[in-house]
Amino acid sequence: MMLAQDAAANLSSGWFLEHAWLIAVVPGIGFFLILAVGKRIRDIKVGSLTIPGGGSMFGVASMAASLVLAAGTAYQWIQRVDSAGATHGALGSFGSSITGMLRAEGEGNYITPVVKSYTWWRQGGATFTIGSHIDGLSMIILLLVAFISTLVQIYSLEYLRGDRRYTHFFAALTLFAGGMLTMVLADNMVQIILGWEIMGLCSFMLIGHWWEDAANSRAALKAFFTVRVGDVGLLVGVSIIFFSANSFATKNGFGSGFDLQGINAWAQSGTASHTAILWGAVALFIACIGKSGQFPLHTWLPDAMAGPTPVSSLLHSSTMVVAGVYLVARIYPVFHTGLSINVAGSHFNLIAIIGGITIIIAAALAFVQTDIKKVLAYSTVSQLGYMMMGLGVGAWTPAVFHIFTHAFFKCCLFLCAGSISHSGSHHSFEMKKDMGGLRKKMPITFACWMVSTAALCGVPFFSGFFSKDEIIDNAHHAGYNVFWIIGLVGAFMTTAYMTRATYLTFFGKPRGAAAGEHDDAHGDAHDPHDLDVDDAHAVQPHAVAAHGSTTDDHAHQPVMAMARTVGDVADIHGDVDASDAEEAVHADDAHHAAEHDVHHGPHESPALITVPLVILAVLAFGSGYLNAAAFSIHKFTDWVSPIGGQFFPKIGEASGELPEAAFKWVNALPSILLVLAGFAVSAAVCISIYGDTAAPLKGITKRIAPLRWGYKFLFNKYYLDVLYEKIIVHGVAYPVSAAAYWFNQNVLDGIVNGAGKWARKSGLWIYKNVDQRVVDGTVNGSGAAARGLGSALRPVQSGKVNQYGALLFSAAAVAALVLILVNT
Amino acid sequence: MLISEFLLLGAVLFCIGVYGVIVRKNAVLVLMSIELILNSVNINLLAFSLKYNDISGQTFALYIIAVAAAEVGVGLALVLLIYRNKRNISLDELSEMKG
Amino acid sequence: MIAVENINVGQQVGFGIIALMMIVGAIRVVTNKNVVHAALWLVVVLAGAAAQYLLLAAEFVAVTQVLVYIGAVMVLFLFGTMLTRSKVGNDENLDNRNGAMIGIPVALLLLGTLTYGLLKTYKAERLPLKNTPFNIQQLSDSIFSHYLLPFWALSFVLLAAVIGAIVLARRD
Repeated sequence: MMLAQDAAANLSSGWFLEHAWLIAVVPGIGFFLILAVGKRIRDIKVGSLTIPGGGSMFGVASMAASLVLAAGTAYQWIQRVDSAGATHGALGSFGSSITGMLRAEGEGNYITPVVKSYTWWRQGGATFTIGSHIDGLSMIILLLVAFISTLVQIYSLEYLRGDRRYTHFFAALTLFAGGMLTMVLADNMVQIILGWEIMGLCSFMLIGHWWEDAANSRAALKAFFTVRVGDVGLLVGVSIIFFSANSFATKNGFGSGFDLQGINAWAQSGTASHTAILWGAVALFIACIGKSGQFPLHTWLPDAMAGPTPVSSLLHSSTMVVAGVYLVARIYPVFHTGLSINVAGSHFNLIAIIGGITIIIAAALAFVQTDIKKVLAYSTVSQLGYMMMGLGVGAWTPAVFHIFTHAFFKCCLFLCAGSISHSGSHHSFEMKKDMGGLRKKMPITFACWMVSTAALCGVPFFSGFFSKDEIIDNAHHAGYNVFWIIGLVGAFMTTAYMTRATYLTFFGKPRGAAAGEHDDAHGDAHDPHDLDVDDAHAVQPHAVAAHGSTTDDHAHQPVMAMARTVGDVADIHGDVDASDAEEAVHADDAHHAAEHDVHHGPHESPALITVPLVILAVLAFGSGYLNAAAFSIHKFTDWVSPIGGQFFPKIGEASGELPEAAFKWVNALPSILLVLAGFAVSAAVCISIYGDTAAPLKGITKRIAPLRWGYKFLFNKYYLDVLYEKIIVHGVAYPVSAAAYWFNQNVLDGIVNGAGKWARKSGLWIYKNVDQRVVDGTVNGSGAAARGLGSALRPVQSGKVNQYGALLFSAAAVAALVLILVNT
Repeated sequence: MLISEFLLLGAVLFCIGVYGVIVRKNAVLVLMSIELILNSVNINLLAFSLKYNDISGQTFALYIIAVAAAEVGVGLALVLLIYRNKRNISLDELSEMKG
Repeated sequence: MIAVENINVGQQVGFGIIALMMIVGAIRVVTNKNVVHAALWLVVVLAGAAAQYLLLAAEFVAVTQVLVYIGAVMVLFLFGTMLTRSKVGNDENLDNRNGAMIGIPVALLLLGTLTYGLLKTYKAERLPLKNTPFNIQQLSDSIFSHYLLPFWALSFVLLAAVIGAIVLARRD
């Protein structure tokens, strides 16, 4: 590390880069402040402005502070990169600063990361540090997380106003961001595990925020346990890599096998055992599968929609799910070498395969969802698949760039969905039941939605185009033709399901709540609240289609069910307005219900919601221009990719250069055409199925058997949940408990009974021989004496344990006192 | 570091535990107080182990932890049994052993 | 880091913070009106104790403390609370009436005598700064050679506890 620092002598640094650790510490402080005093703070009114109480301001302030620090860090990092350009040639490459073997062949400059680390534990050759490691990747993700978290917190101020666990929500949200920032800042694997686990815990708390509803707490548990399955991989992977890399890392001055730079250098050195690096990479990738919702552990992500919408948007855009992708990108050399990515003649590898499968299956699932948030959830899964696939084919920069752009448009889409439910569809997320025709009622939300959707679909000139298309293009360029086709098909499917969702939400005839009705009109026939995860499997898909309603795994906010019941009662009584009745029980939403009295039915959301939306929509469009290959803009590549425009110094034999496709419009043409085709096909199908006219396609999934089976298959999410819950859990848990029972009945009982019998026999013998003959004689003699003493001490024997304790200890204390007095 | 710091911490914990044993009525809480006492003993043992550079302290600390685990197991089984018979685990109502 | 440098302010500050946390936690354990909360405060004390063991250069004991106490014993306590249907939430009926009248004097008397004795004996004695703390091998050597007999006895205690717990708690 010292050598690397020497090389950095010519690079500019700065206060923000040196003190980057503050970025993660500030939210931590915010979290403790919220927990400590949050509940005591009331709303403060300053003129017409209301500063919300409940500690939420600590959360917003700490995130804003983090954002400022992250922005400063980003600015100074960019300066550092520029300064490297100015002092071209004065720098050693990554390789030469370590050993002669790790030499870059003169291409690009390695810009040394700014590393600050502090050793907190040292034992038996292992050094544990905590610290910050700032390079392009962590810089951009820090900025992203801080930015999105700040916006989401501002949005939550309005969205969760009056919630019964408002303070706890903000505490968890702040800690959640803090966990992600800790992980991104990490300079070693242990710290990554720390941040990773903090996020796991917070996601559990946030998804289960409304835990009174069984479905929500179940979703939270599912998220937690599914991710835990992957986390085993993280521990195993970190251990494997630590033990394999430790000696190399210590020898070359990296501290330990936990050090990120040490791990990367080790993986690139070519000296690493391929078996170790392969299994390390596989184990770590399993962790990433769990965290980033890749197939086959993606099942928790859509269920995580049970949390409040701001949580979904944060979870799905910049934190949590990105953590897995970030980990792969962070120690990419391990995966690149371990899984033989970009080795000539290789067409498949684990990361690309998992990513590819995820793209397709998640996109297919998005077609059968009726809940708008679930469509977005599956689209997140699918986009994460793109990122993974990008990393799997060696397209490091486009994949990281896709994290960046995806965060903006996905966050915006989720917040749009939240805005719709908040103000448009009366807390429903059901597209088929409660939405439709909202574009005129909610113009700002609609505009933001359209921009973000265009970005998600990869429409040219929107940000998604510049990132996603690069991934697809690079797959082709690197010779991974299968994944190129998968990427194209995925783009087609993305456009198609987003068109469907957009149509159902914003076009067509208003339905249900969107038409101004309240839920009581139709809530009783098929109350989603009554259906839980298991029921959803049992429901026949066509029956669902017939009802045209909702059988989603997650019920809505628990308060909705309550409000609905009360609404029914109100209807019976006739003259009570449903929303008034709701106001009475629905403490969450007193403010909101008051607004409803003014204008019933859908309307635009207040500024606290729309402002973040607009900011995000602008970024969803504009963020792509940081790296718009089509216009030869490569800023992002310059700033983020560790080495000039190239990620790898060419070292050893295991890892080659990263292929980088030069942008040509011709190459982008297939995906553009497919996006258009997807839009056209889907729009046509949507209009004919969901439109007003009786069309031949209407109810098609009910009439044609193969389509019905397909629908059912998709509707049940490939039966993966059934597999996990019914077969794996039961298959493992039942034999184990049966075996335990057998052991209990046969072995332990035998021992216990045997011991009992033996004890009884020996007891009898003692009674006969010792007690009756020897003791009795003695006792009888001393009995008279004992009786006198006994009656004197009798009151002391109260039979109360506490008094005995008091006597015992006070006697001991007095004895101690006596001893002290005697000895002095 | 001064050894008396650790020993005083142990003493304070011990006394708090004693207070708990005397004051608490709920059997589970009494068991918890006993855990406090056992932990204070462990702190003392380890402090002396470090002071006199003798590993016996650590060995016995481990033994105490093991015994404490057994103690809690049996103790809670007893509490459970009492609860089953009396539907109550208040210690002041258990005075059958009164002389 | 442990006991490496001559004067370790960080260690001292760490000790102070953890000790304060433990004392506050311990007081909450014996005064809390909620059984579950008391159990959770006990976790704080036990974890603090584990941290103190680290400061005392006894890593293995610390790890065992976390495993056995925080892992197993706490679960037992929570089970005990649950199975005996203790009231989850505040329960005013947890303490003996006038218990504090006896408890506080006894505890203070003990504390006074102990403090006096300890301070008198070990007034300013420093803990040695060990560069090589005992490692697990030495510990296991100690257990399996010098203290083997107590180890056997302990095994029987555990066996008896296991069987006893089953016998007692079993529903016949």
